[in-house]
Amino acid sequence: MFAYSILFVVFIVGGTALLSWPLGRYMKWAMDPDAPDVGAAGRFNVIFQAFGGSITRAQQDWQRYLIAMLIFNLMMFVVSFGIMALQQYLPLNPDGMGAAEGSLIFNTATSFTSNTNLQHYSGESTWSYMSQLGALMWLQFVSAATGIAALTALARGLAGKGMGNFFVDVQRASFLVLLPVALVVASAMVIGGMPMTFQGSAVATTLEGVQQTIARGPVAAFVAIKQLGTNGGGFFGPNSTHPFENPNFWTNAIELISIIIIPMACVWMFGRIIGRMRHATVVFGVMLALVLTRTAFAVYFETAPTQAFAQLPIEQTVGNLEGKELRFGTTSGPTWAVLTTSTSNGSVGAMHDSLNPLAGLMPMIGMWLNEDFGGVGVGMINMFLYILVGVFIAGMMVGRTPEYLGWRVEAREVKLALLALLTHGLFILGGTAIFAATPWGQDTLNNIGPHGFSEMLYEFSSASANNGSGFEGLGDNTVPWNVATGIVMLLARFIPIILPLAIVGSLMTKRRTAESAGTLGVEDGTFAGMLVATILVVGALTFFPAATLGPVAEHLIYMN
Amino acid sequence: MELFIASIRLVVASILICVVGYATVIWGVGQVINPEAAAGSLITRPDGTVVGSRLIAQKFTQPKYFWPRPSAVDYNGAGAGGSNKSPTSTDLTDRAREIVAQYGATAENPLPPELAAASGGGLDPHISEEAALYQAPRIATARSLSQSQVETLVKDNAFAPGGFLTPGRLVNVLELNLALDQVGTAQ
Repeated sequence: MFAYSILFVVFIVGGTALLSWPLGRYMKWAMDPDAPDVGAAGRFNVIFQAFGGSITRAQQDWQRYLIAMLIFNLMMFVVSFGIMALQQYLPLNPDGMGAAEGSLIFNTATSFTSNTNLQHYSGESTWSYMSQLGALMWLQFVSAATGIAALTALARGLAGKGMGNFFVDVQRASFLVLLPVALVVASAMVIGGMPMTFQGSAVATTLEGVQQTIARGPVAAFVAIKQLGTNGGGFFGPNSTHPFENPNFWTNAIELISIIIIPMACVWMFGRIIGRMRHATVVFGVMLALVLTRTAFAVYFETAPTQAFAQLPIEQTVGNLEGKELRFGTTSGPTWAVLTTSTSNGSVGAMHDSLNPLAGLMPMIGMWLNEDFGGVGVGMINMFLYILVGVFIAGMMVGRTPEYLGWRVEAREVKLALLALLTHGLFILGGTAIFAATPWGQDTLNNIGPHGFSEMLYEFSSASANNGSGFEGLGDNTVPWNVATGIVMLLARFIPIILPLAIVGSLMTKRRTAESAGTLGVEDGTFAGMLVATILVVGALTFFPAATLGPVAEHLIYMN
Repeated sequence: MELFIASIRLVVASILICVVGYATVIWGVGQVINPEAAAGSLITRPDGTVVGSRLIAQKFTQPKYFWPRPSAVDYNGAGAGGSNKSPTSTDLTDRAREIVAQYGATAENPLPPELAAASGGGLDPHISEEAALYQAPRIATARSLSQSQVETLVKDNAFAPGGFLTPGRLVNVLELNLALDQVGTAQ
């Protein structure tokens, strides 16, 4: 079993790391062409200017770039809200879905606009195909594109170039990066046996003569961009554990690869834009090490058998199978749980609520750190915040002026970076505290004791990390949950984009110095160690007490 | 104001390209390459009635059929889901105890684990080859077949889901039961 586990993880993570290199190279060409006005890049530019109008021709400073981004995101929210609210009057509704409740529509529109895809509903019993494709799948493209655009602007700023133009960047990310890759992956899904139909539910008469209604739909197109854009919102309630959303071992492998490939490629794109591939390699290595460590722990803890069966005559040789599908193999569940939370994706290939306690802690840690590899674009932006803090602390320790890529890092920038990092902890711990102390949370639990606490902690972690997975036993389709997580998702999406761009705006007002022998390097093992230490101290220790109350307590009480 | 106009233009462009265009292309790929799977891998009888989908588990309770894994949603193909219970939950113990009694499992002949554990979607169409062989004596008795006949059928239907990347073999319960009915009518 052990050898199969290692083989599986190496096949998935190692294979994707190799594939991310050429994709990163392509993304640099697509997002930040060296000669934007000539050749193929030039022809695309003409198209993008035709779509966006004359405003796309001007360079934007960081404030204008942000305002353009926020207005476009506001339109995303409004249009998707409208489609969902009016679905009973719109076409493509073969199963006759009725009106959805207001706070659920609010929660869903914020959830998909913020690239979170937290779902307080089951798709097959709530949304028409029009809502699924026209509202949700559309947001899965453009919200992911917003993240890639933000990273591109940040990297351009750090490279000392102009920030660019949001309306051009979001089109480049949608049409040149996400669309072609999604076409390839969705085609593979169809070949692998995933449904892609506009017909309504099928009604079967089973061999024992019972009626079984089988929901289906245009699943393949949806699932491809769900995975590629670190969105994670499922077409069906149980996400990629549903056989139609993940029919076999090979679609599962492709989905796993799709979860991490663009976040990985974003690091290489970042390195190419700032012109520092050695630095990008070190950052990539740190991220990879953190992901592999959590994967190893999750796979290991999940080999413990289902504790609830301990006293019964049930074979206990293959680990915990509750909430898992047989066709993916036993290693896929915990591996998926780590990858989907490392990247702010949030799709699930096994039920996280039914993971063994400490295996279930690993996805939570992934969401608390939220930077290895993180969401498309925004993961690298979060890592940039940790890098700044790390560089600053290292500079203080050795008594040198902290610099990053030749920019002097001073109190103002570090304050903004820490503010962005600490709001994450505030949203998660503050939100969990309020719901744990009131009927808002207490009345919605599916499990008792520490596991019930974990359900609430997970929900706020997922909202604040813009992840979207859940301990799905939680009865979260209530007005308090819908409103609270909706607000957290919006703040946790835009604060960590606005503040980093403000930091870069602030850096760009300074004179850039040439790096010398006296500069602290950002390309060596010392820097990597410093970065890991910063991430663990700032990112993980904040949540240690909460982890103790939830998964750790459950493990100590129940697992023998 | 011009920011709003540009945003609206891009909303229209991105919906046309990333929703209408993209979904149409993928739908077309399905129609050309794999129309049967694109419609949900449905299994139909010669008279056109649908028996089920080869990807979706259906409920079996009669002794003459192989039984699938338990389902937290009672095999509801229009409302899938898992138990979402912690593996330390006593609710799972209670559920497993009933299942153990149903199969008559004993310490000498313990139950294969997936027969007591519900899948994430509640619609997992597979059980392991071992779990199928475990049920062979019951089916052989119910159908007056020899146990080796049933076992041969199981082995003929078993497959390795990920080739050399996965240990063990699986069987599709619905397909296996259809094959079983074929044998039944042949006699």
